[in-house]
Amino acid sequence: MRKVAVIGAGMTLFRRRLMETPKELCFEATRMALDSAGIELKDVDAVISGSAPDGFDGVHMKGEYYSDGCGAYGKPYMRVFVGGGTGVFSAISGWYHIASGLADIALVVNEEKMSSCQPHPQSVFAHIWDPILDRPLKPNLIWIFAMEMNRYMTVHKIKKEDIALVAVKNKRNAVDHPCAQLADPNITVDDVLNSEVLAWPVQRLDISPPSDGAAALVMASEDAVKRLHVETPVWMKGVGWCIDSTMWTDRDLYFPEYVARAAKMAYKMAKIDNPRKQIDFAEPYDPFDYKELHHMEGLLLAKKGEAPIMTREGVTQRDGDLPTCPSGGLLGVGNPIAATMGVKIGELYWQLSGQAGKRQIPHEIKTGVTNAWGDLMQYGAVAVMGV
Amino acid sequence: MGQTPQKWPGIELSNDDLLNKKVTQTRYHPRAKFSWSAGEAMSRFLNELKEGRLIGRECKHCNKILFPPRMFCEQCFKPTSKWVYIKDTGTIQTYSISYLDKDAKRITNPIYVGVVSIDGASEKMGIMHYFGEVTKDTIHIGMKVKAKWKPPLERTGSILDIEYFRPLKEGEQ
Amino acid sequence: MTFIEKTTDHRKLRRWEGNIEADYIYTSGLAGERFFTELRKNGRILATHCPRCDLTYLPPRMYCERCLAELRDWKEVPATGRVEAFTVARLDEEGHEAPEPQVWAFIKFPGIHGGFVHIVAAPEEKVKRGLEVRPRLKPQPLRTGEITDIEAFEPAEH
Repeated sequence: MRKVAVIGAGMTLFRRRLMETPKELCFEATRMALDSAGIELKDVDAVISGSAPDGFDGVHMKGEYYSDGCGAYGKPYMRVFVGGGTGVFSAISGWYHIASGLADIALVVNEEKMSSCQPHPQSVFAHIWDPILDRPLKPNLIWIFAMEMNRYMTVHKIKKEDIALVAVKNKRNAVDHPCAQLADPNITVDDVLNSEVLAWPVQRLDISPPSDGAAALVMASEDAVKRLHVETPVWMKGVGWCIDSTMWTDRDLYFPEYVARAAKMAYKMAKIDNPRKQIDFAEPYDPFDYKELHHMEGLLLAKKGEAPIMTREGVTQRDGDLPTCPSGGLLGVGNPIAATMGVKIGELYWQLSGQAGKRQIPHEIKTGVTNAWGDLMQYGAVAVMGV
Repeated sequence: MGQTPQKWPGIELSNDDLLNKKVTQTRYHPRAKFSWSAGEAMSRFLNELKEGRLIGRECKHCNKILFPPRMFCEQCFKPTSKWVYIKDTGTIQTYSISYLDKDAKRITNPIYVGVVSIDGASEKMGIMHYFGEVTKDTIHIGMKVKAKWKPPLERTGSILDIEYFRPLKEGEQ
Repeated sequence: MTFIEKTTDHRKLRRWEGNIEADYIYTSGLAGERFFTELRKNGRILATHCPRCDLTYLPPRMYCERCLAELRDWKEVPATGRVEAFTVARLDEEGHEAPEPQVWAFIKFPGIHGGFVHIVAAPEEKVKRGLEVRPRLKPQPLRTGEITDIEAFEPAEH
């Protein structure tokens, strides 16, 4: 397999409502990524796009509909979709386009416009459930997260205060992110604990918001990196992905085994045998505050039940020993599902290439890991990147 | 040569801009109606619910009782072997107390909902359902519960033929 | 190997009825906002031009799909277009017999890339490829800034 690097990235603001059409959001992020890589569309061999269910934008086959904004005109093009896992998986798809030798330079463009869906994107989330077993109960998507969070908290006897620390950290980190939707420099644990109870144990400030936005990457082979004289390539060191049973009421929700399997696949490729020592920082998927902890454990960065302790001890702060979600994450920057690539793969790229500005981790970093997670809590996609 | 992005595109709109048409827009209400075929396993499952019974499928290769029932085992990938009645009691594996309805609208009387693993099925195999006759102080993970069935004449062969799961009383089977 | 048993009594097989409810508001976007505002207020149809690729896009886009440049050059579309291709719809969107056949056409304009799919308000026997047509707009107070502000295309008078 050939070596693959990220050589440019772009993203739009993440906001509850943006004026741009899905096509225009794709264009804006793609144009930025091309400019940041210093290349033009004619240099691109293949285009990959990722986006969540069509029901949010309200356009069926939206991958085809917005493809012109991704720069796909007249090029090999495909859309990948693995639910919330798309934010990392589309970059994995970009990776195998190049690793295989099919393409030298590829664009990866992810988009979501959740504000089209009225009155709230929740109504479309209702349609991801089993129509016979689940939907007659009129489920709200937050229920499953609440159930998973409760199981995780109960099994490990974790306090809500310790989980709230994640929301506080990420919303404060987001203050330094120019695209952030929910940054808050003054938020406290009490604010989270006193926020509205939506579906206990989930409260309003435990959750990332629905958002509109797009993000894009330029990925390149080692040959292209040399040819273009890229000064700061960030290499894809390892990738992994895995799906668990879709019969989610048949498995124990306290630990994401599928994330661990995807992580092991990625670590093996990256020649990492002690992730806690060899990984310098992480961008675990954090649509909810407990998910950052759950995913740190799935990514084998913490022992089961111990991610909250690391958080309490400050290890995961931007200047800590294992900075976690230095971008501000989905909790602080926003959650336009697939477009969260901008704060996951995008953040790894900007941090590792020294372009993260005010968010830059203050000490030397060489290797980072990120994951994205989705469907009915069973899809894990993991990427290890390094310099 | 490339450059680090300096400008971050995007024009924010308010809810008022959208709902009160401060920007041009097109509205659409799709009418997508479906009739899903329940298939072999779910048809029997629904018909048994109407009779007030829960049924699973045995996988003899994995030595498991699968619930909800299915015609193939996803682990050994062989057809399941036979129908097995299981009990209507079980254990709360996890739960939530929801102040949101399905459209994220606020409600004042919370919904108790969770996953209940069913006695007689393999470990941790269960369904999502409502809980009743509980309060936020009494409900807990590990609580033993039993199905509260609708009266026979009101059952339609639906997951809603069980109104909710309630705490198992002492001495009750 | 298939399922060990199969139900052959169709009365025992169940179906489950449901729908996928959803409601949408689509913004016109950056290029669309200018296009629809101009159509609503002034009854003009605008396109965007890419000087590098020498393409003029209708409906207008904010970017060129060929070179991905941002487009800032706006042009008015010629008043008269031509039927490029057409079909006659005899069923309505639900599949029922329509009260009268409706002619739908793809309409192009000289020097413009793209065009409109729209209704042609003319008897079907009069519509042919190359027929010159002009848009018939709703009266200004009734226009809302949507594609339906164009009621139909009519054969151009000479």
